Amino acid sequence: MTTDVRTRGGGPATRRSASRRSHGEAPFRFAATGAGILLLVIMAAIAVFLISEAVPALRANKGSFFTDLTWEPNGSQVFGIAALAFGTVLSSAIALVIATPVAMGVALFISHYAPRRMAGPLGYLVDLLAAVPSVVYGLWGVTFLVPLLKKPSEWLNAHFGWFPLFAGEGAIGGKTMLAGGVVLAIMILPIIAAISREVFLQTPRMNEEAALALGATRWEMIRMAVLPFGRPGVVSAAMLGLGRAMGETIAVALIFPATFDISFEILTPHGNSIAANIANGFGEATPIGRGALIASGLVLFVITLLVNMGARMIINRRKEYARSGA
Amino acid sequence: MTTVQHISAGRRVKDRLAQGLVYLAFALAVVPLVSVLWLVIKNGLARFDVEFLTHSMRNIGARDAGGGAYHAIIGTLEQVLLASLISVPIGLLTAIYLTEYGNGGRLSRAISFFVDVMTGVPSVVTGLFVLAFWILFLGMPFSGLAGALALSILMMPTVVRSAEEMLRLVPNDLREASYALGVAKWRTIVKVVLPTAFTGIVTGVMLAVARVAGETAPLLLTVFFTDSINNDPFSGPQMGLPLYVFDQAGRPNDTAIDRAWTGALTLILIVMLLNLVARLIAWWRSPARGR
Repeated sequence: MTTDVRTRGGGPATRRSASRRSHGEAPFRFAATGAGILLLVIMAAIAVFLISEAVPALRANKGSFFTDLTWEPNGSQVFGIAALAFGTVLSSAIALVIATPVAMGVALFISHYAPRRMAGPLGYLVDLLAAVPSVVYGLWGVTFLVPLLKKPSEWLNAHFGWFPLFAGEGAIGGKTMLAGGVVLAIMILPIIAAISREVFLQTPRMNEEAALALGATRWEMIRMAVLPFGRPGVVSAAMLGLGRAMGETIAVALIFPATFDISFEILTPHGNSIAANIANGFGEATPIGRGALIASGLVLFVITLLVNMGARMIINRRKEYARSGA
Repeated sequence: MTTVQHISAGRRVKDRLAQGLVYLAFALAVVPLVSVLWLVIKNGLARFDVEFLTHSMRNIGARDAGGGAYHAIIGTLEQVLLASLISVPIGLLTAIYLTEYGNGGRLSRAISFFVDVMTGVPSVVTGLFVLAFWILFLGMPFSGLAGALALSILMMPTVVRSAEEMLRLVPNDLREASYALGVAKWRTIVKVVLPTAFTGIVTGVMLAVARVAGETAPLLLTVFFTDSINNDPFSGPQMGLPLYVFDQAGRPNDTAIDRAWTGALTLILIVMLLNLVARLIAWWRSPARGR
């Protein structure tokens, strides 16, 4: 509706005035279009230059990049991404498992439970979580969360040690995948909560009132009207959170002990991720080492790009659906 | 009260349980925020003094107390300013293209989609990109400018999205009134649309600035480390406040950890202040303040 009005009103007016008296129209339009295209160029350039600087290092690699667990590009020039990629996926998965239910609860609280007047400020409070810089979460994680998780970790290991994730001998607690996962969960919670909240608020009022009129309790109304409507939105929100968690660098660089192995034990001091390894390894990297880190960054870029594109496609499809339904 | 009695006990319990869980979830989300802020303030105040704000780390040994983050604060301010100077014009023009010229064509949909995708590019990847392109490929030195380039890539999508949203809020009547007076489209945008959306755009830019001011990873790969004051972002290694916190937090001594906390406090103060001012502007100018 609105776009119609704009093209009808804006189109002819532009043409007429451009021909008669305005000399600025063409350059201005050119600059605006150019800026938009520049963004596309930057995205392409990221891929191109990461590849071009990674290739020399990949050529010099004496191991297999996709399967080797070791990371010694500076010394023996054997390096592989397997352990790092595993750590990235596992820590992000832990974060997602913790953050998604909490974020959905927060979103429902703001959209359907909190008193109207309080909803805005309370939502802002959750958004503030996103404003805390990641290095501060890292510092907090190392000095506060790591010691705090020691006792619960030991308890979990003692009682549920048969479960592979909680297994492990010797040192329990400390700089673990669990600690990293919890910090990541806190960091991705605001974005999942914010998007879910938006989607929940878009639930057609009619559906909600129809459910209530049929005698549903508030929870039944949410389960029957709000959640089914919001499911694609929550899924894409979780995917965006997953992308964030995988790319998060500094907080986990401070927490993970930078081991290079594949282990499901989240309660023993293990863990690393692609991003953390870049932050920790950059200082002492040789030219080959830098190339290797860039190669690992390329892998991270591709993974997060796929996750994000998937999430955006779900959201965009939802938007069209919501618009046509309205 | 009478309606409640018609609902069976099981359904009522479920309803109450769900409500309890939802409240619990919100409490769970707020606990870390309070904990982080409390610890940062408590531990940060110990070294939050004049020396910290006015001295660098030059000639401060590994175990020495004292020293400060002046060089890092200067670095952060300059890098963020440069990043804004680069990203705001590009972001704003892109937003103008999307709202005023794109008309839902293929190019504008592609740009819109990739702006969304760009928000998800990990900050460390933008740092690697500047490292690969600017420093390794073009042979430029590590500098504050390199850091600003990485930060500007992070800022762009945020600026585009918020500016676009604000431009779309400008009523079409205003544009049409301007066209009716024979004003060219670009002058309408510059003289009518942008001024109307101005405060909203400022808010968005400040939120974007607040976001990148706390970024460490891109700086780590592009500005290098230094313990000395370097006022020139165009040559020589610089420091940034987030980088300073990361550096100090990685050292084993208590004096360094103290400095890290104070750095974190300074950083949070800067970021929160930007955030708060931005939100206040947004709230103050919001047409639907009553909602």
